[in-house]
Amino acid sequence: MIEVQNLTKAYGLVTAVDHVSFTVNKGEILGFLGPNGAGKTTTMRILTGFMPATSGTARVSGFDVAQDSLEVRRHIGYLPEAPPLYPDMAVGTYLDFVLRIKNIPAERRRARVDDAIEKTNLGDKRTQLIKRLSRGYKQRVGLAQALVHDPDVIILDEPTVGLDPKQIIEVRHLIKSLAGSHTIILSTHILPEVSMTCDRVVIINKGKIAAVDTPQNLTTQLKSGQRIQLEVRAPEKPMQELLGQIPGTSRVQLDSSRADGHLTATVEAAPGQDIRSVIAAKIVEKGWELYELRGVSMSLEDIFLELTTDDAAHAQPSN
Amino acid sequence: MRSLYAIYRKEMGHYFVSPIAYVLVGLFLFLSGFFFDLYVNAANDQAPDAPTWVLRAFLGFLALVFLFFLPMVTMGVYAEERKRGTMELLMTSPITELQIVLGKFFASLTLFGAMLLPTAGCVVFIWLHSDPVPPFRIVLSGYLGALLFGGSLLALGSFLSSLTENQIIAAALTFAAFLVLWAIDFGTRGASGPAGQVLQYLSVINHYDDFTRGIIDTAGVTYYLSFIILFIFLTVRSVDSMRWRRA
Repeated sequence: MIEVQNLTKAYGLVTAVDHVSFTVNKGEILGFLGPNGAGKTTTMRILTGFMPATSGTARVSGFDVAQDSLEVRRHIGYLPEAPPLYPDMAVGTYLDFVLRIKNIPAERRRARVDDAIEKTNLGDKRTQLIKRLSRGYKQRVGLAQALVHDPDVIILDEPTVGLDPKQIIEVRHLIKSLAGSHTIILSTHILPEVSMTCDRVVIINKGKIAAVDTPQNLTTQLKSGQRIQLEVRAPEKPMQELLGQIPGTSRVQLDSSRADGHLTATVEAAPGQDIRSVIAAKIVEKGWELYELRGVSMSLEDIFLELTTDDAAHAQPSN
Repeated sequence: MRSLYAIYRKEMGHYFVSPIAYVLVGLFLFLSGFFFDLYVNAANDQAPDAPTWVLRAFLGFLALVFLFFLPMVTMGVYAEERKRGTMELLMTSPITELQIVLGKFFASLTLFGAMLLPTAGCVVFIWLHSDPVPPFRIVLSGYLGALLFGGSLLALGSFLSSLTENQIIAAALTFAAFLVLWAIDFGTRGASGPAGQVLQYLSVINHYDDFTRGIIDTAGVTYYLSFIILFIFLTVRSVDSMRWRRA
């Protein structure tokens, strides 16, 4: 549905998007994850035909965004970071206007507006002026605008920004319900959002793709580099030595600041082997009291930080 | 065509649903009515051409008021859309820049027409109270001239509005540009020599004078139409350039 190849966008000397390639299949939800300024918005703007790329190609619904911009725009619904609203219009009038500029014939407009209003739960706000709506409702009108013409592809730039937790959940449900019949790209810097809504994730940092995979794979892939947390009653120094001697441990961190005198330790282990039983056996052997031992899978948050900060560390010396 | 109409319709809604149109039209009519009254009282009752004089003075006065009012019509046309981010909606919809620009231009021209039309009441007044009545072609050519002259100012003002995100800056730029146009005309009036004549030909106001005399000069019509087309073209380029900017 969407094919992006070697997409590059340079603003003068700054390269905002650097040889980005990915594809999105029909009906899929792709999450675009990255810190602010990573190039998410720029990529989306190129896909929506708002701005041209410096080099590389992007195709949406089979149309090239540069050559067939108008055709691409016909197949796309787009919610920019700030919802593009006319404050003096009523919600229904606004959606009707959007349908008009999307070239939807008159006989279909009424039903489309009804449908979008129903999906975004705006029933009681239909005749209200947009300027009188709260931030959350405005965001929903923005969403309604992106899907009102029933486009093949919906591109959402940070769709849950500015919403309260309840609204965030509603919006996520809405996005999930749209998948299948629509292909969706959404950007966010909120990690749980990606693991909850997206089929696949593109992690982007400094204009480059750091990883592309399903949220589950990304999590398990890095889980193999295991992290173990334990709580024991033991002398600090020997404990440190003991953990250090176990083959496969890469980093040991001890914390003796607990009020009850227990030690907590975090051990990072090399991928491929499970050393939990080894640790348990050794501690028991010493006669220390083991209260807790558990493997912690790295969350998407850790992966994200790892990928993006690693990248920064590599990039710095070369600059 | 449908897309162009969608933009036109939206702009008309913007003008006429909000108080903008009513305030502008209201103030414009108040001023023109007030000055019409002044001209009628100042006219020499005994002179046989007094009605013609009043009509011409009134049409000339209208041009001056346009210079003050039209910056307010066009200042927000693009600046406001850019500031609100709605330009991004328009530019990611299947419509061309030309459709956007023309839709907006025709809407501002319609608002201008709504300002101009009620002044016909003053003309009717002249007709009812003068004998002999002034030549009707002055009315026709005068209003045609006003439409062309106003259209030119609107095209220029819209272009200037597309250069900035700030309505106040857009209004100030437009107002300054109008003043310069007026100053060129004022400064070169009656000037001789090639430089003065070139500037007189280029003066937006000078051509309007011909129209208020009842002369429809193809040079004047061509001049205004070229002026409008030039600035519509520049606005299209300016809107297109928004795609290339970083923001």
